[in-house]
Amino acid sequence: MCADPGSLDGLTWLMCYLTTGKHMAIYWSVGTVLLLLAITAPIALMFGFGGATAARSGIAPLRWLGKGYIAIVRGVPDIAFFLFFVIALDQFFEYLRHRVKCPDWDGPVYVGNDFLVCPAAKLPLGTSPQYVHEIYGFSLAILTFSIVFGAFAANVLFGAMRAVPRGQIETAEAYGLSSRQTFWRILVPQMWVFALPGLSNLWMVLIKSTPLLFLLGVEDIVYWARELGGTKTPQFTDYPHGDWRMWYFLALLVFYLGFTRVSELVLGRVMRRLTRGQATMGGDAQRKAA
Amino acid sequence: MTCWDTIADYALRSQGIGERLLPRSDFTICQQVVLIGSGMIWNVYFGVVALCSGFFLATAVAMGKAAQSAWIRKPSEWFIFVFRGSPLFIQFFFAYFLFLSLKGVWSGFSPFTSAWLGALVVLFLNTAAYSGEIFYGALQSVPRGDVEAADAYGMSGWKRFRRVIWPTMLRLAWPAYTNEAIFLFHATTLVFFSGFPAAGQQGDALYYASYFADKTFNPFIPYPILAGYFITLTLIVITLFGWINRRLNRHLPGAQRSRIRLRPNLIR
Repeated sequence: MCADPGSLDGLTWLMCYLTTGKHMAIYWSVGTVLLLLAITAPIALMFGFGGATAARSGIAPLRWLGKGYIAIVRGVPDIAFFLFFVIALDQFFEYLRHRVKCPDWDGPVYVGNDFLVCPAAKLPLGTSPQYVHEIYGFSLAILTFSIVFGAFAANVLFGAMRAVPRGQIETAEAYGLSSRQTFWRILVPQMWVFALPGLSNLWMVLIKSTPLLFLLGVEDIVYWARELGGTKTPQFTDYPHGDWRMWYFLALLVFYLGFTRVSELVLGRVMRRLTRGQATMGGDAQRKAA
Repeated sequence: MTCWDTIADYALRSQGIGERLLPRSDFTICQQVVLIGSGMIWNVYFGVVALCSGFFLATAVAMGKAAQSAWIRKPSEWFIFVFRGSPLFIQFFFAYFLFLSLKGVWSGFSPFTSAWLGALVVLFLNTAAYSGEIFYGALQSVPRGDVEAADAYGMSGWKRFRRVIWPTMLRLAWPAYTNEAIFLFHATTLVFFSGFPAAGQQGDALYYASYFADKTFNPFIPYPILAGYFITLTLIVITLFGWINRRLNRHLPGAQRSRIRLRPNLIR
């Protein structure tokens, strides 16, 4: 049907146009965004959990580490952090490999305006295929997102752990539970309802920060919207059109609006579920309504 | 070349004044500090102008969202939803290409395709939506007693709003609004990464910081410099807003005053 686009018009043309190979790439990149969210959210939560636990630890250096992590990442402008971490992590990994793989290479790594490590330490290796490069770039992006959002999550969880009523902890201690048991069996199960408003806010912000993948050099939806929307002349494509980038970005805008709206509804539902039976104002209100 | 020469050459580089070529090799710390600082002019410009103009629209939007009539309420709700529900980065891109298309229709739109006006419009609308939501929340929590007292004094309409409701709303919203202001200054760093061209390499602080990071392959110098500038800017904003906060709360006994808690820095 789509064999000769020149003869098509109207809706058929549009259907054929929207299913070209390149458009499949932009649909896949939506998958990339979802994948990033799906991987980043649990990792960031783990980082956050670690950070929050460290920040309330009894051992002073560990506590400083946790508090420092939260303070530094939150105190510095956001995208600067994204731009910084991708290069810094890349150099960090390459430098580690450089030390391990080429112990007899002596010479500084910063030579003039270059960061120089031995060829065996390059990440990914110069000889590896394209997809390895892409996966490596994507993993760096995930790590960066996780570090930044982990700090925000740590802050939320730190507050949530403090919000768990003191009486609960005291009761646990009175029953003779060790501090480890108190933490895992009393504190952690109860903190989620206090953490959820903060975490859902964070999830919204995480969704809205996914376009920044573009700045990290991943071929994401922003990249493809610019690529596909640009003016196309008949020499290079069967589907010539003018500058349509505006419409592509309008579509992205609608996509994100829909995504945040759906998340809002789902999270509202989760919140209602978690509040049930809790000794909070929300829980009381639910009990009265029932 | 001494540092003074560098300052003379590059201190106003982001405005197109001074040396035309950016440094290309043998980067000194002084060059990085001066150029990134020069870029801060843009961040301050965007932040201050958007904040001052957005304040009024935000008040209007908050009033609109609290209005009885659905004809006023619905547009306000949608305005807030659209700008808060989508990434600022995409808003910049969309606005840039929208202005580009409009320029083809009427050349009067051509200033909108450059950052100083186009990006400013987006930031203005964006901050109006975010602060509108903050003001709306504060408006909902204006104590009933205050309004009743105003009624008892025989105030109504505009007078009641201007002398009772509005000051109380601002007082309640101020800590959150301070965070919004800090946010906005951080968000200005997105401008030159989102379609808007940095004509003649006249960019903002992050533009120059990433320029140096790209050229030297060493992110450990320019980005901490940038961070230093922004932390300073944040502290200045907190100080200024703290003064206003104190003035807004001056009639209250000490314990009831709302303190500004620093909660900066989530990407929008």
